[in-house]
Amino acid sequence: MQKTLVTIALAATVGLGATAAAQAGILEDVMAKGYVQCGVTSGVAGFSAPDSNNVWTGLEVDYCRALAAAVFNDADAVRFTSLTGQERFTALSAGEIDVLSRAATWTMSRDTQLGISFVGTMFYDGQGFMVRKSDGIESALDLSGAAICMKSGTTTELNAADYFAANGMEFNTVVFVDKDEVVKAYEDGRCDVYTTDSSALAAERSKFAVPNDHIILPEIISKEPLGPVVRAGDTTWFNIARWTYFALLESEELGVSQANVDEMLGSDNPAIKRLLGVEGDFGTPLGLTKDWAYQIVKLVGNYAESYDRNLGPATPIGLERGLNALWKNGGIQYAPPIR
Amino acid sequence: MTNIGFVRSELIPAKPAPNRISGPMAWVQKNLFATPMDAVLTVFGMLFLLWIVPPLFNFVIGQAVGPSGTVEECRAVDAGACWAYIYNEMKFFIYGFFDIAEQWRPNIVFALGALLFVPLLIPKVPFKRVNAILFLLVYPAVSYILLAGGVFGLLEMPTQKWGGLLITLIISVVGITLSFPLGIVLALGRQSTLPVIKTLCVAFIELIRAVPLITILFMASIMLPLFMPQGTTMDKLLRALVGVTLFTSAYMAEVVRGGLQAIPRGQYEAGASLGLGYSQRMYFIILPQALKHVIPGIVNNFISLFKDTSLVYIVGMKDLLEAVKTKNDSALEWQSSNTATTGYLFAAMVFWIFCFSMSRYSIFMERRLNTGHKR
Repeated sequence: MQKTLVTIALAATVGLGATAAAQAGILEDVMAKGYVQCGVTSGVAGFSAPDSNNVWTGLEVDYCRALAAAVFNDADAVRFTSLTGQERFTALSAGEIDVLSRAATWTMSRDTQLGISFVGTMFYDGQGFMVRKSDGIESALDLSGAAICMKSGTTTELNAADYFAANGMEFNTVVFVDKDEVVKAYEDGRCDVYTTDSSALAAERSKFAVPNDHIILPEIISKEPLGPVVRAGDTTWFNIARWTYFALLESEELGVSQANVDEMLGSDNPAIKRLLGVEGDFGTPLGLTKDWAYQIVKLVGNYAESYDRNLGPATPIGLERGLNALWKNGGIQYAPPIR
Repeated sequence: MTNIGFVRSELIPAKPAPNRISGPMAWVQKNLFATPMDAVLTVFGMLFLLWIVPPLFNFVIGQAVGPSGTVEECRAVDAGACWAYIYNEMKFFIYGFFDIAEQWRPNIVFALGALLFVPLLIPKVPFKRVNAILFLLVYPAVSYILLAGGVFGLLEMPTQKWGGLLITLIISVVGITLSFPLGIVLALGRQSTLPVIKTLCVAFIELIRAVPLITILFMASIMLPLFMPQGTTMDKLLRALVGVTLFTSAYMAEVVRGGLQAIPRGQYEAGASLGLGYSQRMYFIILPQALKHVIPGIVNNFISLFKDTSLVYIVGMKDLLEAVKTKNDSALEWQSSNTATTGYLFAAMVFWIFCFSMSRYSIFMERRLNTGHKR
């Protein structure tokens, strides 16, 4: 009996100790560990996927590296956990990962009910349509009566139904459980249209024998803001996560890139001086060092560099910036000023 | 007196049997066209083979792009399997995200494993006891240190970086070696006369058997973290290992129980009358006979465990199949219409090699242990 009591007491102490440690703040935990634990997809080209050297690369991966650069001045002080769609939020709220950077759509219920906080929108995605060029379709409004291939049981199906109903058009759905089957069906001509998120459309198009035989229609019929997520309730960590994202945008806006960041240290532009920590100290209040943003740009690059390297027109995915261009260039990526 | 009779003084030389009875034509007639039904089936079989074999051969070998090929060749309209893709991405399929500069570590683990395991399988090789101790106690520790690192100046490699065939083999080897003894214990427990032990074992076996493996892994990956205090994390690989081991041990227990029930009561009684205790009776008399009966069942379980390892993708781990899938999806520089098919074909071949070897070894073992029970 006494033994049992001792065991229970021990377990309770260990449990309390663990809880106390978790309450010490994520930044302290991360500092103590020596690396940022980052949750990513199990492989989506351009966002998070192994490259030819089997190192994680992608836009979402770069965000995690930027976070590590800000905290540790080392873009490699990050470990990646590959997560499935079902377990991603649990892994975050259970503390298995420090930040989730995994194609998570920012929705109200997720933001308010799961004990997690969305940091910002790294990538504005939305559902689009792909058709064969030879069909001569130029707008989604021409799609009346078309056979549409899609994955079953996703919001994709509902979005398409809403869109067609709202525009008073008829359509036939051809649904499959597996993405590969959907693509195959479209390729074999069993349907005229393939619909899914436009980033995925671009990735799939790049795999076709002749990618240019297919076009992605300009209409985007749903809002899919994808962004990093942290546990709710830790303001310090949330701010670090948020301003890491803003620093990526701000440096692009100010023309500070990985290549010229050292020259830019001598710039006369006050905004650049503030960003790079030459003037003022914006890092210390975050719990970081003064040159936190300098490290991000130096080690990872700005948003444009990361985008071009992973998703841009020069990559096989070949995605234009679109909505993800800076506000100055006709997009909606916008960072508050650092001052 | 002369006896006139005809007696042959030498044998007539043997003549070959008529073509009707032996020779290729006879074989064909006897085996392929014996009855009209047989003839019809043969013709259909031939047509089926003609339909399936040449295209398959063309795809896999004939028009395939060899290891040194380029992606342009794979994209050609009449290209077959893209083996160049497999060759170039092989490192990911075997080691996952394991740092390329550190891949000598899993290589040593593979080599040591083969060196210790193969002699265990060959009956003639001596020093079985030492060998078994090395394999079961020393080898896991050495492998863990080598793979995980972090000590002796080895770079730390978190388990999230392990992947591919490495993960598949770790899970199956650990699962097989742990679930077997655990299954025996559970089977014996189920036959126990002590109500507590019996109930516990029955409850465990029935609970685990009534739930799909996917559910157990899902539970381990999604529910378990919610039960535990925040900040305590359990390694994903460990969770998968525990899940797979418990699952297989429940099935193993039932297979072993089948063997135990085949042993006549007299054997138990004979053991008892010799003055042997429970454990001696089991160890020397009952289990050796019982296990021999159920070798096919046991190996069946091992094979299904090996294949079930691919379910660990549920917990976000990259076993061989998931590694192939990941590259199929994300290696855009290798995209062609046959890339994914080639990837799956490769994974299927690896699985087949392992499973078929297991099944052949079990047949060998059955023959070796056969002491007149074969029916």
